[in-house]
Amino acid sequence: MFFWIVQRDLLLAMRRRSDVLTTLFFFVIVVSLFPLSVGPEMNMLRMMAPGVVWVAALLASMLSLGRLFSNDYLDGTLEQMLLSSQSLSILVLGKALAHWLVTGVPLVLMAPVLGIQYDLPVDALFVLTTSLLLGTPVLSLIGAIGAALTLGLRGGGVLVSLLVLPLYIPVLIFGAGSVEADMAGLDYDAHLSLLGAFLLVSIVFAPWAAASSLRVSME
Amino acid sequence: MAINWYKYASPASFYSLAGRMIPFFAILAFGLLVAGLYIGFFVAPTDFQQGEAYRIIFIHVPAAWMSMFLYVVMALWAGIGLAFNTRLSSMMATAIAPTGAMFTFVALWTGSLWGKPMWGTWWVWDARLTSELILLFLYIGFMSLQAAIDDPRRADKAGAIIALVGVINIPIIYFSVQWWNTLHQGASVSVTQAPTMASTMLTGMMVMVFAAWMYAIAVILKRVRVIILERERHTAWVSELNERGAL
Repeated sequence: MFFWIVQRDLLLAMRRRSDVLTTLFFFVIVVSLFPLSVGPEMNMLRMMAPGVVWVAALLASMLSLGRLFSNDYLDGTLEQMLLSSQSLSILVLGKALAHWLVTGVPLVLMAPVLGIQYDLPVDALFVLTTSLLLGTPVLSLIGAIGAALTLGLRGGGVLVSLLVLPLYIPVLIFGAGSVEADMAGLDYDAHLSLLGAFLLVSIVFAPWAAASSLRVSME
Repeated sequence: MAINWYKYASPASFYSLAGRMIPFFAILAFGLLVAGLYIGFFVAPTDFQQGEAYRIIFIHVPAAWMSMFLYVVMALWAGIGLAFNTRLSSMMATAIAPTGAMFTFVALWTGSLWGKPMWGTWWVWDARLTSELILLFLYIGFMSLQAAIDDPRRADKAGAIIALVGVINIPIIYFSVQWWNTLHQGASVSVTQAPTMASTMLTGMMVMVFAAWMYAIAVILKRVRVIILERERHTAWVSELNERGAL
């Protein structure tokens, strides 16, 4: 069931490839806007890079949350999934994984390129990519709760940002913090370990919370 | 004497109970407020480091404490409402949110007013200020989610889930902000007060905390009465009240 959901969502995403690319280009454009607004001094850009890339990743991941459940909700598939005898939490976990594969992984792959734009040293690029690799699944999982709660509401897109962004803060702090620690010559293991801890906790709890949110929204 | 507590889980009977409790808490809040402000402004000595400006503590600390306390109480009521499907508990949670957000805002506002004479700046990205700001965001998220949902039962449950997710996240957010702050080597100023405080200052502050608490109870009961009336307007007991001219 789990793999079936992942496979199905990936297939649907591949049928509509422009959606995936929109998120990715949003990420690239937001990151590229910063040098234009604050000026091209390399020293400052290098200092800002981790924060800018992470905030852009947060926004990009959040903007694509609407697609997580809404298409299935509109064509009635979601109702059938709720009626099925399978565990809804597993199903939500599958959908979150598919969401991460479609939106998170491209961001992770694109991040080193954007880091080069900001003149990050090579080992910082490595830390940036690793932190995004650990952090973006957490964004998809927490975002699933917000997406489930705002399902079918008017103005849901803006509302989901109010709900989800405050909850993203710890991920942002340690994600950007790991790269900054590395550039300051400090140890970044602790940051990455904490990101890993967030990932494990959210794998356990977020699908469950999102599943009950879906039940609330669909009744 | 055994009191049937479940009786007051019904909005109809709680409505009249709340009506009788409001004057009690309102008078208590007013009395404590007058006493607390008197101690704060006339009895408590001038601080030798901070001068007169420290007196904002009598508003600031109660507001900050209440803002955090009310979020936990709100999540508690919301959780009870979600678990036992009791309508009144969810109404309590909805009624608490605006008061909690108000106290959070007051804490931030007075904090920045205090910061200006003490540290020479309105705002520092100190761990406590930052987490208080995030608390305000959480309150706003809760209220806007409930406002966006038309069906009150769905609004209750959705709000309960986000409140509970928030309450689990608060310690995580608090510690991550604290570590973030120390990692950044922080601003050179700290909010931490001198550990010793004149006992009259402490008395004044505690009296003000109780005043804020009683005020919160009175206002929340008032608001929950309005919410009960709004939700129950089609029921027989409300129209009965209306006929008697008791609304």
